[in-house]
Amino acid sequence: MKEVKTYPIYGVMAEFETPHALILATKAAYGAGYRVMDAYTPFPIEEVSEVIGFHRKDNKVPLATLIGGILGGIGGFSLASLASSSWYPLNIAGRPLIPWPAFIPVTFECTILLAGLSCAFGMLAMNGFPQPYHPVFNVPSFSRASNDRFFLCIEARDPKYDESSVMDLLRKSDATEVTRVDG
Amino acid sequence: MDARKLDFGQVPIIARGHTFDTVTEKISDIVLKSGTPKWWFGAFLVGGALLTGLLFALTVLVFKGVGIWGNNQPVGWAWDITNFVWWIGIGHAGTLISAILLLLKQEWRTSISRFSEAMTIFAVACAGIFPVFHTGRPWLAYWLFPLPNTMGVWPQFRSPLVWDVFAVSTYATMSIVFWYVGLIPDLGTMRDRAKSTLVKKIYGALSMGWRGSTKHWSRYETACLLLAGLCTPLVVSVHTVVSFDFAVGIIPGWHTTIFPPYFVAGAVYSGFAMVLTLAIPARKLFHLEDFITTRHLDNMAKVMLATGLIVGYAYAFEPFFGIVYSGNKYERFLMYNRMFGPYATFYWLLVLCNVVTPQFLWSRKLRSNTVALFIIAIIVNVGMWLERFVIIAISLTRDFLPSSWGAFKPTIFDIMTFTGTLGLFLTLMLLFLRGLPSIPMFELKAMLHGETAEGHDEVVGLEAEAAV
Repeated sequence: MKEVKTYPIYGVMAEFETPHALILATKAAYGAGYRVMDAYTPFPIEEVSEVIGFHRKDNKVPLATLIGGILGGIGGFSLASLASSSWYPLNIAGRPLIPWPAFIPVTFECTILLAGLSCAFGMLAMNGFPQPYHPVFNVPSFSRASNDRFFLCIEARDPKYDESSVMDLLRKSDATEVTRVDG
Repeated sequence: MDARKLDFGQVPIIARGHTFDTVTEKISDIVLKSGTPKWWFGAFLVGGALLTGLLFALTVLVFKGVGIWGNNQPVGWAWDITNFVWWIGIGHAGTLISAILLLLKQEWRTSISRFSEAMTIFAVACAGIFPVFHTGRPWLAYWLFPLPNTMGVWPQFRSPLVWDVFAVSTYATMSIVFWYVGLIPDLGTMRDRAKSTLVKKIYGALSMGWRGSTKHWSRYETACLLLAGLCTPLVVSVHTVVSFDFAVGIIPGWHTTIFPPYFVAGAVYSGFAMVLTLAIPARKLFHLEDFITTRHLDNMAKVMLATGLIVGYAYAFEPFFGIVYSGNKYERFLMYNRMFGPYATFYWLLVLCNVVTPQFLWSRKLRSNTVALFIIAIIVNVGMWLERFVIIAISLTRDFLPSSWGAFKPTIFDIMTFTGTLGLFLTLMLLFLRGLPSIPMFELKAMLHGETAEGHDEVVGLEAEAAV
């Protein structure tokens, strides 16, 4: 007997034509008690992440940047100082082995370099990139999420998740289409 | 769309009547539609030919050594370092547009930002070739970096040349990272719009699986702002450090404290000239007039005028410091030699190119004339190259001891290497224009969205006023 392969359900996805409709629907979903959800937009809309419950304090990119910058600064200055004072000391007319003003450019550049790299790679890592597969791409119309449509997905992981009630909730909004997302 | 907010008697930043979809379509079609325009192949042929010359010249150099260039005592730094400084300077406008103008909330920067950021990377790539090959043994160029080695030798961290290695390599890395991060969402758009599976896979891999999640956007925007904030002092530091290469030296004409600000202003000046040189034909040939409007060209021309005046001010101050203030006979002779010596033509030509030419930009009429603007930009590019040549090479021809004076004459390999980097730059630019979205689509859409939202507020505001 041929077995029918079944996929787990990822959630329910609604498509909107305007950012405004998306924001209203997200507010409604949040008000109804759903927490595990995500919105997908072609460009950043700050209000959407606010209503979805992703606040500024949840964003750890600045922290990663700061740590990288501090490490880079300490590292750059230590590198220059150690190289000139212990690894390869050159006594030139008794001048100091660690002339700190001369090390500022290198310290500065290392600060920027490490801060920048930890900012960029930190952002990518926190976003979970690179991520070759994600269930939301199973929704056929999702290709417009990078063009001119706005999507809201309430995920099955949500403790309150119940497919029919989520569908009802989203159908009541201005959604042009509501689809189930296969995992 | 309501363009009233942006349209205060000026040309809008985005032409009227665009929706999210038309923005995506117009920009991504340049890349995804089959059929490369004929002019592209023509330009690619030119770029490729020059690039071949570069490869040839560098191959000969690797076999024979730097002696094939015109560099010799006393002019040890000549076209190579001139070209290095010139290219690095050109790169600076890209970072200025993408980072500093982002922090200053200059919305008009959006449509030219990615384009100029790409220009930065390609210009830095061209610049990097010169010092690496000037070492004479490019296969040992890694000695510039502080790597533990069996010889127990370390770079001299008190030297501006080592600072330069750190500044330029940091600049190159950060520019690539900033540019790539900026591209990710648009690469996602390209993936979603591509028809062929292979193209879809390539853009899909490059976009890392970007799906526009609002949480991702939130971190993404923070990262972009922070990168812009980091690039802003970086770009100022890079040309400052480049100018230290000279200012810390004791050669008359190099040993000058005004070099850092003077070099940074010159860098921005030449960079904007290069952006205009590229943007004017590109917008015409790819029909991007809707996104790179005359407003952009006008603004860039104004920045060019302003930085041109700063550069002119520095030109006026150099003789003042040299002749009047320093009281140093070597400095005085240097200025005399520059203005009336054997290379005086170059000096007056550079004054003509860099100080006189930009004065035409006071006229609004000329600023809105793309042909005139293109010609002025080319002249400024030439002028800035001459400026670097005059500072670097001509200062070296006659220093303290008349017995050690000399002259500089470029060889065919100097010329081929320089034109070769122009070819490399052109080739990379053409590949970029055809292979990647040259205008940030998501940022333009965010701007459109912002405008409609503002227009909405304005309407509400008017109604409220009427009610009062």
